[in-house]
Amino acid sequence: MSNPFVENLVDREYDAGFVTDIESETLPPGLDESVVRFISAKKDEPAWLTDWRLEAYRGWLEMTPPKWAHVHFSPIDFSAISYFSAPKSQADGPRSLDEVDPEILRTYEKLGIPLHEQEFLAGVVKNTSSDPASDLTGSEARPLVAVDAVFDSVSIATTFKDKLAEAGVVFCPISEAVQTHPELVRKYLGSVVPRKDNFYAALNSAVYSDGSFVYIPQGVRCPMELSTYFRINAQNTGQFERTLIIAEAGSYVSYLEGCTAPMRDENQLHAAVVELIALDDAEIKYSTVQNWYPGDKNGKGGIYNFVTKRGACIGVRSKISWTQVETGSAITWKYPSVILRGDHSVGEFYSVALTNNYQQADTGTKMIHIGKNTRSTIIAKGISAGRSNSTYRGLVRTSPTAIGARNYTQCDSLLIGSNCGAHTFPYIESKNASAIIEHEATTSKVSDDQLFLCQQRGIDPEKAVGMIVNGFCKEVFRKLPMEFAVEASKLLEVSLEGAVG
Amino acid sequence: MKLLEVDDLHVTVDGQKILNGLSLTIEAGEVHALMGPNGSGKSTLANVLAGRPGYQITSGTIHFKGEQLKDLKVEERAHLGLFMAFQYPVEIPGVSNMEFMKAALDAQAAAREEEPLSAIEFMKAVRKIAEELDLNPDFLKRGVNEGFSGGEKKRNEILQLLLLQPTLAVLDETDSGLDIDAIQTVSAGVNRFRNTDNGLLLITHYQRLLDYIVPDVVHVLANGRIVRSGDKGLALTLEEKGYAWLSTS
Ligand SMILES: Nc1ncnc2c1ncn2[C@@H]1O[C@H](COP(=O)(O)OP(=O)(O)OP(=O)(O)O)[C@@H](O)[C@H]1O
Ligand SMILES: [Mg+2]
Repeated sequence: MSNPFVENLVDREYDAGFVTDIESETLPPGLDESVVRFISAKKDEPAWLTDWRLEAYRGWLEMTPPKWAHVHFSPIDFSAISYFSAPKSQADGPRSLDEVDPEILRTYEKLGIPLHEQEFLAGVVKNTSSDPASDLTGSEARPLVAVDAVFDSVSIATTFKDKLAEAGVVFCPISEAVQTHPELVRKYLGSVVPRKDNFYAALNSAVYSDGSFVYIPQGVRCPMELSTYFRINAQNTGQFERTLIIAEAGSYVSYLEGCTAPMRDENQLHAAVVELIALDDAEIKYSTVQNWYPGDKNGKGGIYNFVTKRGACIGVRSKISWTQVETGSAITWKYPSVILRGDHSVGEFYSVALTNNYQQADTGTKMIHIGKNTRSTIIAKGISAGRSNSTYRGLVRTSPTAIGARNYTQCDSLLIGSNCGAHTFPYIESKNASAIIEHEATTSKVSDDQLFLCQQRGIDPEKAVGMIVNGFCKEVFRKLPMEFAVEASKLLEVSLEGAVG
Repeated sequence: MKLLEVDDLHVTVDGQKILNGLSLTIEAGEVHALMGPNGSGKSTLANVLAGRPGYQITSGTIHFKGEQLKDLKVEERAHLGLFMAFQYPVEIPGVSNMEFMKAALDAQAAAREEEPLSAIEFMKAVRKIAEELDLNPDFLKRGVNEGFSGGEKKRNEILQLLLLQPTLAVLDETDSGLDIDAIQTVSAGVNRFRNTDNGLLLITHYQRLLDYIVPDVVHVLANGRIVRSGDKGLALTLEEKGYAWLSTS
């Protein structure tokens, strides 16, 4: 018997799909050395950085896009993309909030991202979950969150700079850090993701326009969550942001990234690079709630999210933890990874990837064990609905030096309906007999019987699917900062709208 | 007042005739027991009442509280006060029992435009019922039926019955799989549920349950229709003589 409630996916609401009408300065489409030089000049960059970009560009010319991912799309015409777009009012001059185009401020307001510091102080998170036994509920004053907002190619506002400065924390657009902390940028930029690491990383290195820079000094526990919100607005532009986070010995930082884009019929490219560096006993917790426009129900439009994220646990006992909730984008191609170089260092990857309609996600992680007694944990949850495809691809490598290394991997897939797919590709390369690597995988379906039980108790099928999916993801949501966990859980429900009915 | 009125119901599943002219009326305040050999169509009737997809009503009508059930969605029937305790309760891993029941209560309250219980009132109510049913409070935090033993699943169904307080409860072999003590606790729970406004349809194979929950009427279903109805004594006779006696008498 098949349940008529689980069928193909219909419309889903994409709340963030509006376009902001502002004047912007946008380069004509196309890429050559002059474009690279233009971007570098626009940012007033030192010669070494211009050369660094050019070197990356030349490398990119020799490279071809990766073909191994389980995703399908027509080749991207890189000459049809514009590589730089900035709101006009921001093109020059200081970035005080008063000078930001009011239209842009309204954009962030609509997205619920406050750029006025006092709004954060007043906010209290409401108890929104219906589960009184859940860990995600309870009302609690919202902890302070500092925000860096990146609109198309430039950062338009960073909040709480003063308070952070008191603690010695640097949190600013990376273009600014190049001016204020050139030695740090020069030392670490490209140290984790080399310029020619892969096709998209090379492209990013050549043309990245902005992104966030974070530096936590020795022994400092960052006094608030740091977060960056990325927004693609302009048409036919790519967004290439670059994030660099450095945690000195004994420091701690929790960082969150969110993303949205307008609904547009054509595909837009987003190729970011994120590099994390953790020194002795440092800990970096990096959380992503990715909600780029996924395209419409027929698979038209949407963001191509081709991202390279990698962290290096350089120091002993250092720890890097990636948590991601991926609900958006037409195609997601990302593998936040950790290089466990320091002895006793720890890498974690907690992921929820939801695909609906014609979305495709090929995501996972790489845990590269080099130091002694390094440990890694991978918990990946894939949810597929509609005609979508979700793939987990992960690599656990233990090198001969990684004596006593341990990994635990758990991949769970949940299917909604019968036209979607879930695939798991776990790669293990163990060059060390003392390493212990465990892998578990499950695939389950939201069954007609489960839906019938829920309905018989009065719960409509849409809500039932939301509840089941949220239950499936609980383990990962627990790893998110509390208020973002609530947001992520709501986002899942919105993304599943039309998955039944 | 008539709660349920099934009139000359014919149902097919995958083209196969399962119910052949079944009629049954349950008045408010009544308990009806439905017995019959394996495969005679008891669960089919329960599922058709609840609106499970896959069952085709080829003729006949079902009225619940005066409303034609055929046109209502599964959840709308639940909102009207129809409850079914499953013969084989399904597991929903990851969704806590507590969360599930709160969602059910809230959905029903919303549909009836009533105020939902607060989280605290809800917790209190659930804990109290769990205690009455001898269910360890830990079961509330576990996934719905996840890893529950057969008997625990059945008790969990009754927990939901007592919490949701429906107008008509169809209990499909709730006694199967319960140990001797559990039958008594569960029966006590069901008896507390009974009042003059609601009704019960008890599907069972064992007359022993009817010692605890005393029915007003006992029906025997065979080949998709009710072949005999009587008082509690009918169940005793069946226990003694088996279903074969029906065709010979
Ligand atoms: N999906 C189906 N396809 C074909 N036949 C079915 C289907 N579902 C039920 N049946 C048949 O319908 C008949 C009645 O089944 P039903 O489950 O209602 O019996 P029951 O009286 O509840 O039996 P039991 O006492 O064993 O629980 C059985 O012969 C069963 O095999
Ligand atoms: Mg049955």
